[in-house]
Amino acid sequence: MTAILPAKSLADRLTTLFWRKPNLLLALLITPPLLWLGVIYLGSLAALLLQSFYSIDEFSGMVVREFTLKTYGELLRPQNYDIILRTLLMSAAVTLGSAILAFPIAYYAARYAKGRWKAVFYLGIMLPLWSSYLVKVYAWKLILAKEGILTWAATQTHTNFVLDAALALPGIGGNSLSTSYIGMFLVFTYVWLPYMILPMQAALERVPTSMLEASQDLGATKAQTFRTVILPLAMPGIIAGSIFTFSLTMGDYIIPQIVGNSANFIGMAVYQLQGTAGNTPLAAAFAVIPIVIMLIYLSLAKRAGAFDAL
Amino acid sequence: MPSDANPNRTPFALKAAATAVLLFLHLPILIIFLYAFTTEERTYAFPPPGLTLKWFAAAWERADIWQALTLSLQVATAATLLAMILGTLISAAMAQARFFGREQISLLIILPIALPGVITGMSLRSAFGLMDIPFSTLTIILGHATFCIVIVYNNAVARFRRLSGGILEASADLGANAFQTFRHILLPNLGTALLAGGMLAFALSFDEVIVTTFTAGQQATLPIWMLEELIRPRQRPVTNVVAMIVFAATFFPILLAYYLTRNGSETAGSGK
Repeated sequence: MTAILPAKSLADRLTTLFWRKPNLLLALLITPPLLWLGVIYLGSLAALLLQSFYSIDEFSGMVVREFTLKTYGELLRPQNYDIILRTLLMSAAVTLGSAILAFPIAYYAARYAKGRWKAVFYLGIMLPLWSSYLVKVYAWKLILAKEGILTWAATQTHTNFVLDAALALPGIGGNSLSTSYIGMFLVFTYVWLPYMILPMQAALERVPTSMLEASQDLGATKAQTFRTVILPLAMPGIIAGSIFTFSLTMGDYIIPQIVGNSANFIGMAVYQLQGTAGNTPLAAAFAVIPIVIMLIYLSLAKRAGAFDAL
Repeated sequence: MPSDANPNRTPFALKAAATAVLLFLHLPILIIFLYAFTTEERTYAFPPPGLTLKWFAAAWERADIWQALTLSLQVATAATLLAMILGTLISAAMAQARFFGREQISLLIILPIALPGVITGMSLRSAFGLMDIPFSTLTIILGHATFCIVIVYNNAVARFRRLSGGILEASADLGANAFQTFRHILLPNLGTALLAGGMLAFALSFDEVIVTTFTAGQQATLPIWMLEELIRPRQRPVTNVVAMIVFAATFFPILLAYYLTRNGSETAGSGK
C-alpha cells in the first residue's frame, strides 16, 4: 500500500500503521468499552459476591467484613425460603401465561399478516415493549382498583359473580384484584408479554409453509399439526422468550410493592434489606439466587438452541 | 382428511385472538390518559365524574416535577452519549474480526440487561458502598450507561454485518486514509442505525427506575418521583399528567427509531 500511496500527514501514517497491524486498531477500539464493562459492571458483580460472604453483627448492626457462610445459611430460614419459592412459582406462572397469550398474536403476525398489517403488528408489539414500565404498572393500578374500571365493567355486564368467585379463591384471591396474587399475575404478564411474543414470532416465521402443507397432505388434523410440527419448531423461540419473562419476574420489586398483598418477593427482599434494614450482606446473598438460577437456565436454554432464536 | 379447504385463509378464531391480545397490550395505556383529565382527586373511580384540564396547570407549577424532569433529561442525555461512543467502538471491533474471547465479550455486553435490574442495581450499590463513593447524579449516569451500551451495540452491529467490507477497501484503494474512510464512508452508512440505537437508549434511560433506586441518593429522576407517588399518592391526577409526559418522552424516540431503520433487515427495537 505504502508504495502506491506515499505516507504524508499524521492521518496517513496512522492509516498505514493500522493497515500493517490490524490488531492495534482492534485493541484501540475495544479497550474503552471493555474497561467500562469490565471495571464497572464485572467489578460491581464481584463486589456483590464479596458482600454476600460478609455478615452483619447482630448487636451493632454493622457489616463485619470477614469471610463467612452464615449469611447464605440465613437464606434457608423458613420465611426466606418461602420468599424464594413464591418468587419462582410466580415466575413460572407468568412465563406459562405469557406463552399462552403470545401464541395467537405471534402466529398471526408471522403467518397471516401481510404488508401494512405486518407493520401494524410489529409496531403494536414493539411499542408496548419499549414504552415506560412504570406507566404500564400505574395503568394497571388504576384498572385493578376496587372502584376502578374492571369492577365497573363487571357491574355493567352483571358479571360481578365471576370477579367475586375469582377473588374468593383460597391462596390467590383477596380483598380486591389490586391486593391479590391474581392481580399481580395479570400485571406481570401484561408487562412482560411483548418479550415473549417477539422471539416466538421470529421462530414461527422460520417455519416453512410447505411443512404445514405437507403435514396436512399426510392427513394430520389441525391439532396434530400444531402438536407435532408447529410447537416443536416454535420451542426455541418460546424458550428464548421465557428467559426474559422468567428473569424479569424474578428480579422485579416494583410490581409486588404496588400490586398484591405485600407478600415478599426476592427483588423486594433485596431492596428492603439493603435499604431500611441495612443488611447489605443478606441482600447480596438474596441477589445471588437469581444470578445462579439464570446461569443454569441460560445453559439449559443454550443446549435447547434458544440462542439462535434471539 | 384435509382440515381446511384453503390453507391460506385466516382462521377467524386466530384473527380474533390476535386482535384481542393486541388490544390487551394497548388499552391500559389509554386509561392513563383518561385519568389525567378526571375531576376526582382521591380515588380511581370509573367512569370519571367529570373532565378538567386543571391538573396540567397544577403539574406545570410543581417545582419538584420540573426538578425531576431536568435530572431525567440530563441523565438520559449523558448516558446515551456515553453508550453511543462505547457501543459503537465495541460493535466496530466485534464486527471486523474474529478473536480470542469474542464469545465471552458478547456475553459480557448482554449481561447487564439479561440479568434482572435488581442485580445490576444491587451490584453497583455494593461496589459504591465498599469504595465509599457517595451517591450522586454521576452514579446514576454510570449505571444507566452500562445497560444502554448493549442497545446501541445491537443496532450498530447489525448494520456493520450488512455493510460489505468491500466498500471500505474500495475507499482505501482510492486513496482515502482511515479517518476519511470513517468520515465519508462508515459514518453515513452507520448513521441511522446509531441514531436509532441512541433513541432507544434514551428512552430506556429516561424511563429506568429499578437500577436508579439503587444508584441515586437524594435525587429523584422522573420515574423515581412517580414511584414515590404510586406508593404514597398525593394528587393522583397530577401523577397521571406526569405519566403522560414520561410516556411521550419514550414513545416518540421509539417510533423514530423504528422509522429510521424499518427498511433494513435489522429493524430497531426487536430486542430490548
